[in-house]
Amino acid sequence: MTRNFIGWLQAAPLALILLGFLVAPIIMIVIVSFWGATEYSIYPDFQFDNYAFLFGSKVVWKVFFATFKYAAIVWVLTLTIGFTVAYFLAFHVRSLTWQIALFLVCTIPFWTSNIIRMISWIPFLGRNGIANQTLISWGVIDQPLEWLLYSDFAVILAFVHLYTLFMVVPIFNTMMRIDHSLLEAARDAGASGFQTLVNVIIPLTKPGIMIGTIFVVTLVMGDFITVRFMSGSQSANVGRLISNDIGLLQYPSAAATAVVLLCTVLIVIGIMLRFVNIRKEL
Amino acid sequence: MGAGYDLELVNLTKKYGDTLAVDSINYQFKAGSYVCLLGPSGCGKSSTLRMIAGHESVTDGSVVLDGFDVSYLPPAKRGTAMMFQSYALFPHLNVRDNVAFSLRMKGVDKQARHAKANEMLELVDMTQYADRFPAQLSGGQQQRVALARALVTQPKVLLLDEPLSALDPFLRIKMRTELKRLQRELGITFIHVTHGQDEALALGDELVVMNNSVIEQSGAARDVWAAPKTEFVAKFMGGHNVITFDGGKVALRADAVELSDTGLPATVTAVEYQGGHVALTTATTAGEEVLALVPEATFFQSPKNPGDAVKLAWDEGRLHRLQS
Repeated sequence: MTRNFIGWLQAAPLALILLGFLVAPIIMIVIVSFWGATEYSIYPDFQFDNYAFLFGSKVVWKVFFATFKYAAIVWVLTLTIGFTVAYFLAFHVRSLTWQIALFLVCTIPFWTSNIIRMISWIPFLGRNGIANQTLISWGVIDQPLEWLLYSDFAVILAFVHLYTLFMVVPIFNTMMRIDHSLLEAARDAGASGFQTLVNVIIPLTKPGIMIGTIFVVTLVMGDFITVRFMSGSQSANVGRLISNDIGLLQYPSAAATAVVLLCTVLIVIGIMLRFVNIRKEL
Repeated sequence: MGAGYDLELVNLTKKYGDTLAVDSINYQFKAGSYVCLLGPSGCGKSSTLRMIAGHESVTDGSVVLDGFDVSYLPPAKRGTAMMFQSYALFPHLNVRDNVAFSLRMKGVDKQARHAKANEMLELVDMTQYADRFPAQLSGGQQQRVALARALVTQPKVLLLDEPLSALDPFLRIKMRTELKRLQRELGITFIHVTHGQDEALALGDELVVMNNSVIEQSGAARDVWAAPKTEFVAKFMGGHNVITFDGGKVALRADAVELSDTGLPATVTAVEYQGGHVALTTATTAGEEVLALVPEATFFQSPKNPGDAVKLAWDEGRLHRLQS
């Protein structure tokens, strides 16, 4: 009885914080998503107009599609780069000191803020930016490349730059737990390097890959600032839809979009967790 | 099965940077025998095994198996298979797929490799666990699977790296019998690395005792134990006293020491009842420690306590002179 009570007491602070700052706001958003709005006011109500508009609008479908497209492309790129970096750190760097040192090097970009790292691409990629000038001086191109900045290319480049580390960390963590004698056992059984990678390392790294995937997918799908800056407001994703609605004080509509986005992300994660058990990693 | 294959080490040397791990050893393993590589940790026995397996590069010299120099071949091409100390079973594959792993790497189709794996599992009596995952097995069962996985490649030589060290004492003795039975049935050479002399004596037809990167002594298990050549071997194999006699070191088996009325005077320092024997630790006047294993019945006719003065005697013929 008393033990039970102490247990609850110990769990209480975190539970209260989650209740107050996670559960309550979500409930509030869900409630507001059913409210009504005019150009100049919002009023409590229980109507499905916001959702009806969302699912009926072609633009919204396109934006959701664009969001998925960003998430998919960024996922493929961060996974490829992240896996390679983690693999190098875990299996090619022999000494622990170097592993830690190189791992810290990976985190150096995180010493500055997200937005600064993003914006610093602008002078690099711009029409008269470093990239274009260099390419012209090398004679590779005659005209500055227009698609370098304010394009999907720039958006994806920034996403990959910002979020690859979220892929590296969990994959590296999982790889470090792989017993090296397993690799020797694979070699003893006649597996080539590639066969070992496919048959031993990748299956054993799956939980890490999945955790990294959850990070990257949720971050990319929930982002709005990167898309706005790097596309020069020419591309949209769901995050921008919400931010626009908020800018126009259309809170009920923004809330409805947020609820749909939240459900979409949860469904995506739910599907992924069907395939890989990450419990061992937590 | 066949009568086994010849395996020979020729001037085999391993250096890690400037550190010499294995110093130019030569040895011819008797085909189809159970050989135990024995020695304290850091003596080079594991490096030697790993060089035979191909998991460690050879600095100098060669490993010759069945007439071919295999020193620079990859592990799977040598005709050796290794059983790892931690078993190294693939945690994401079930028992059958673990055993069939090498066949899958060779591209053998599913039906054929599963049939072969089942055959191996039968050999180690693990058929009923074929669909389990390694984490669902006990240490002894994991070991059998590891054994089956190594044997599925039909190796000419099976290399075992301290295979019993992770098991509890009871299982260890059981697996010992099992290993010996398998080796007899398969007729291939087993090379078993261990630091336990009892394990080596129980299993090995041949013992190779290593120390400080070289082979200290090798030969039939009984010869090594009965006639240690050096002080190190005598002490490491246990059951021997090393004392100074006539200006040189001699080995004297502990069970050859008797308590009598005349002989070398000594003081009892410890008495340990061991069932069939009583182990008396004594100190001679020269300060040397001598262990006497006295049969229980003899001891209790006139029991001794620590501090008692005794006289130690033995048959002259049981003293065994050691190389200095």
